[in-house]
Amino acid sequence: MSNEVISEIRRDHIINLLGEGKRTDGRKLDDFRNIEFETNCIESADGSARVKVGKTEIIAGVKIVPGTPFPDTPNQGVLTTGAELIPMAHPSFEAGPPTEDSIELARVVDRGIRESKMVDVEKLCITEGEKVWMCFIDMYALDYDGNLFDAANLAAVLALKTAVIPAEQYGEGKNKPLPVTCMPISVTSYKIGNTLILDPNFDEEHISCARLTVTTDNKGNFRAMQKGGKGSFTLDELNLCLDASVAKGKEIRKIIG
Amino acid sequence: MSGHTDMVLVDKKGIRIDGRTADEHRAFKIEAGVLNNADGSAYVEIGKNKVLAAVYGPRECHPRHLQNPSKAIIQCKYNMEAFSVSDRKRPGPDRRSIEISKITAEALESVVLTELYPRASIDVYIEILQANAGTRCAGLTAASVALADAGIPMRDIIPACAAGKADGKVLLDLNKEEDNFGDADVPIAIIPSTDEIVLLQMDGNMTRREFDKAIKMAMGACHELYDVQKDALKRRYSVDCKEAEPDEQ
Repeated sequence: MSNEVISEIRRDHIINLLGEGKRTDGRKLDDFRNIEFETNCIESADGSARVKVGKTEIIAGVKIVPGTPFPDTPNQGVLTTGAELIPMAHPSFEAGPPTEDSIELARVVDRGIRESKMVDVEKLCITEGEKVWMCFIDMYALDYDGNLFDAANLAAVLALKTAVIPAEQYGEGKNKPLPVTCMPISVTSYKIGNTLILDPNFDEEHISCARLTVTTDNKGNFRAMQKGGKGSFTLDELNLCLDASVAKGKEIRKIIG
Repeated sequence: MSGHTDMVLVDKKGIRIDGRTADEHRAFKIEAGVLNNADGSAYVEIGKNKVLAAVYGPRECHPRHLQNPSKAIIQCKYNMEAFSVSDRKRPGPDRRSIEISKITAEALESVVLTELYPRASIDVYIEILQANAGTRCAGLTAASVALADAGIPMRDIIPACAAGKADGKVLLDLNKEEDNFGDADVPIAIIPSTDEIVLLQMDGNMTRREFDKAIKMAMGACHELYDVQKDALKRRYSVDCKEAEPDEQ
């Protein structure tokens, strides 16, 4: 995200500490910041969640409306994910059409949800080929202090988990919970020099050269990945990222229940 | 990755619908220097994928606010022609092509010596003439040959190839049917001299063991593709020399 400049002295400080296995805020390399969340905080949405990971904060809302299915999947509901990096969240975010950063963020979160089959889209069919439930997930960054990928994934997943299909409103029978099968959790490893860390804050994120987001399902199988940044990963580093995503994914799943 | 189909993608003998075995890639064809105006260009065919890449630059960076005073930036545009897929694709950038452009530029930036050209822009255009699964890999493969053809200093050229899973089997270089109806797809790009990974995506469902196997397969194919890339560049410049001789007499 954004091309913010981090001062040399700050950069050196972070890198020197990492060399000793420490971080500026006292965390271990693979520690997440405190995760807080509140679900169903928006009554006008059909599902919502506000997630804080340290000082990074993001809100996700789900709206579910009837619509026409895609011709190639006549018996499946539609799932759409959007993300907005609004100017409120950070001075480097600008108003306007989606940037490539926000598109990538939305698509990586979307991939985890879609590929894990978290939402059972076949159960969103009302009349085959004519009418299905369309589920829109929209995420807005509110306060940005690094690691939007994992925070956004959590917000979207929690919003979906609590979502209710507003069938009564559209004369389609009784309201019912959105059919959810599993909890895809993403864990993004960031590479600073030759060190891998999890859940970076703003400064750490901006001196990192590469990141790898790995989304796992409840069984610890891989469902989605995305490498980003101008740096590279060796095979050994890749394996460490995969291990971290499985282990940390399990921990996070416990936290969010 | 819809994963629901009665279509048999791999038969009992382990043969795929296009006749390949699990660890066989499609035919590679690469030509360097295929366009006049571009500073560098390349044409790549991987199976039924047909891709053109062109490089302009280093040249003045527009828009100016994107200039970086310490190095060049790489701007990449990945674009699919309207007729490249079975249903007509609406022209212009969509969210998918914006994402692919971004990760392609980032992958290229890992090898280009951008620090040699402060404030400049190196513009990479990738046009997908015909798509049959694996276009981002074909596009990146073409782009790195085009960069080399443009004479831009690089640490190495990048080959890209995907592996995936269909009918429960790990397969190299998925074709369209395997991509649409299979279980997973893992495109990667590497720096062959160090085996570092500069592009990695994954979607679908894979265990650790399947993923490890897929990465190994894709890396092997990347090394084969690397030889074809180098060969294309050698051919391009050996032909030039012969043609240039009579002119100079």
